[in-house]
Amino acid sequence: MTRTVLTVDDSRTMRDMLRMALSGAGFNVVEAVDGEHGLEVLSAHRPDVIITDINMPKLDGFGFIEAVRIDDDYRAIPILVLTTESDPSKKQRAREAGATGWIVKPFNPEKLVEAIRRVAA
Amino acid sequence: MDELEAIKVTFFQECEELLADLEGGLLAMQDGNDDGDTVNAVFRAVHSIKGGAGAFGLEPLVRFAHVFETLLDALRSNEIPSTPDLTAVLLRASDVLADHVSAARGLGTVDMAASAAMAAELKIWTDPNAAPAPAAAAPVETSQYVDAAPIVIGADDDGMDDDDLGFDFQPMTISLDAQAEDAAVLEDNVWTVSIRPKSDLYRKANETALLLRELSRLGPVQATLDDSALPALEFLDPEAAYVTWSVRLETEQGEEAIREVFEFVDGDCDLEITRGEAPVADVLASLLNVAAPAPEPETAFETASAPETALIEAPVEALAPVVEAAAPAPVTAPAPAAPPVAANAPAAPAAKPAQIDVPGPGQSVIRVDPERIDHLIDLVGELVINQAMLAQRVGEYGIAPSSNLAMGLDELEQLTRQIQDSVMAIRAQPVKSVFQRMPRLVREVANMTGKQARLVMDGENTEVDKTVIERLADPITHMLRNAIDHGLESPEERKAAGKNPEGVVRLAALHRSGRIVIEVQDDGKGINRERVLSIAVKKGLISPDLTLTDEEIDNLIFLPGFSTADKISDVSGRGVGMDVVKRSVQALGGRISITSRPGLGSTFTLSLPLTLAVLDGMVVDVAGETLVIPLACIVESLRPKAEEIRPLGPTGSVLAVRDSFVPLIDVGLTLNYRTTSPPATDGVVLLVEGEDGSRAALVADAIHGQRQVVIKSLEQNYQQVEGVAAATILGDGRVALILDVDAVINLRRRGPPLPSDPTLIAAE
Repeated sequence: MTRTVLTVDDSRTMRDMLRMALSGAGFNVVEAVDGEHGLEVLSAHRPDVIITDINMPKLDGFGFIEAVRIDDDYRAIPILVLTTESDPSKKQRAREAGATGWIVKPFNPEKLVEAIRRVAA
Repeated sequence: MDELEAIKVTFFQECEELLADLEGGLLAMQDGNDDGDTVNAVFRAVHSIKGGAGAFGLEPLVRFAHVFETLLDALRSNEIPSTPDLTAVLLRASDVLADHVSAARGLGTVDMAASAAMAAELKIWTDPNAAPAPAAAAPVETSQYVDAAPIVIGADDDGMDDDDLGFDFQPMTISLDAQAEDAAVLEDNVWTVSIRPKSDLYRKANETALLLRELSRLGPVQATLDDSALPALEFLDPEAAYVTWSVRLETEQGEEAIREVFEFVDGDCDLEITRGEAPVADVLASLLNVAAPAPEPETAFETASAPETALIEAPVEALAPVVEAAAPAPVTAPAPAAPPVAANAPAAPAAKPAQIDVPGPGQSVIRVDPERIDHLIDLVGELVINQAMLAQRVGEYGIAPSSNLAMGLDELEQLTRQIQDSVMAIRAQPVKSVFQRMPRLVREVANMTGKQARLVMDGENTEVDKTVIERLADPITHMLRNAIDHGLESPEERKAAGKNPEGVVRLAALHRSGRIVIEVQDDGKGINRERVLSIAVKKGLISPDLTLTDEEIDNLIFLPGFSTADKISDVSGRGVGMDVVKRSVQALGGRISITSRPGLGSTFTLSLPLTLAVLDGMVVDVAGETLVIPLACIVESLRPKAEEIRPLGPTGSVLAVRDSFVPLIDVGLTLNYRTTSPPATDGVVLLVEGEDGSRAALVADAIHGQRQVVIKSLEQNYQQVEGVAAATILGDGRVALILDVDAVINLRRRGPPLPSDPTLIAAE
């Protein structure tokens, strides 16, 4: 069964990189350009895993994660956050918001898929 | 890796946009809009550039972006205040960053010394002691990616395709005999891991079952569940965590690898990893703080298997209810036997029906080769001509306008128009793409000339045909350079004149009567007319006894061979004078003019047709020739009465239109179709308005009607003819000239064409 991954990132480059790595690993990929858009796509596609950036316009990663976690329909979806540096404070804030795990940028496709495997049934 | 290359192309496109955002944000900050959103957007732009650059291993770019980002991060978290000085530094840093991006793209080079100096300057703001190179971390990340990049992921070896949970740690049996059986196993490679999840673990959508699966990848596991703390159903809090797992793991990998499995749940579960076999009771006791009297393993087991404690035998399914109970949510993962989607389905009410099915960005944008659009536009142009011909034929046959044929033709005309508008809209783009490049230009020119200049932009979203946009950049660049170099005074001069030392240059775009108008305005000293005049006379461009109006003097600067700069400066004197600008603008069917007020500044006005493809025009007859007058210029048409016409001077005359007098211009005479004009009362007068608002009454012999015509360039097919903007093909297949109204008005003002001008009539 093909799993759907929602990627939320305001950078087109990063979305393309994620798409390349994920479709290469057999995932179905849906994309959103910021947190607000992410919530819309979420209801349209019901992804199995979410990968989100933190710094985004409109609704940032923290806000997006919180919004997903308070929604009974979606709060069990694993969320991985993309962090540029392994900045502990940012990671901690993301975890407090409800992030399941994280991926440190720049990532390689293997690491990415491994992180998904670790959080996705 | 082709795909990676394609993404790199995207990355550089995105960089362009991000750099524009960055600059836009910084300029907004310069104007005092340093609210959180602006600063955040500025930060994000640099952050995203750095992120993408890291992915492609563009080290110098990453390093510079990192320093830049660090400062912006400090700014956005209010660690340092936003000051005009800081903004100025940030703007210069954004220019260096743009250079880095260009260099990474293989276009141009970066002055590394300047870049290092800039980086050092940026560091001083965050750390006055400016320790050298704190950016060392960035390249490390980069190289990490570069090493790993070529690895292609195989879907097969990631374990994700084993359906659902992929619980491949089958040996779930717990029996005390196992200890004996495993005696052969090296004691060192046996680990005992006890996991007691907290409810936070589930709140973050982590899942014990997945942790167990990860452990099982390290080696064979045996897991024991202790649900002794699980309360009776009626007291059960479905969001709480009650169970404890004890896992016996055989692995040759060390404690580090085991810890890594729990990286994401660090702090969200009590974790204990011990080498060797641990008596179950020890584990349980330590976790549950049960004061068990360190008994033999067997006894411990007995104790532990009190009624509430269940040791489970290969019971993957049996685990489900427990896990489910502990898991917080409508359960995606917890039921290991159920595919996640199936579990989801019932819980998913068809809520929010048919939210816009948001397409991925790849789907929402279609990239089309511009040539195809150009071809389409050409075809639509032909369609318009064809439709006009058809209408004319129908008219010739005397078919009643109310007939079905004529009505069908009307509909066809409307459709043709809609198609044309839609096609033109495809090529329409905001002028922003050109405007974006200008702030940097202004900064650079200001730096080079020692002026202080602030650029204010207006109407960036004004849309214009793509083909026009591409050719706007050069004239705008030139006008801006000119405005700063020649228009603005030095800060000292400005102060002396009681002005703000910082000059303002305004760049604006607007639509005016079917054309796009670009204005470049400065608040400098204005044109020194005396000097312009003396230079023009000295250079033999005009005869010394000519009396010129102020406006005419101002426009002398467009004459070929005119340059007011005493010495050729680095900025404006690049061998291109305003005359070249004027010619390139005219080639586009455009016009450029200047107005100036001494001491207050000058305004360059550049106007271009919105499109180079079609035009609405009035078809008129002049001395037996068919001409098209752009509808956008026409205010009204009327038949003059003799008493409204007043003579002016020996040859001229004016027309009284309501409360004002408007010069009467016989088009046939101006274009040399005839040498004497018939009385204006015999013809039709079209009241037109020029670019600068000046009015004139054009006399034609007859009006044929209004028509949309396809513009065919005269310059490309023949040569430029004064008074004529372009040509078109009429419905009957004849060629008609499109009148350049402003030029006609100016021709009239200037009197008969200068002898050096080509014979106008030659165009026919």
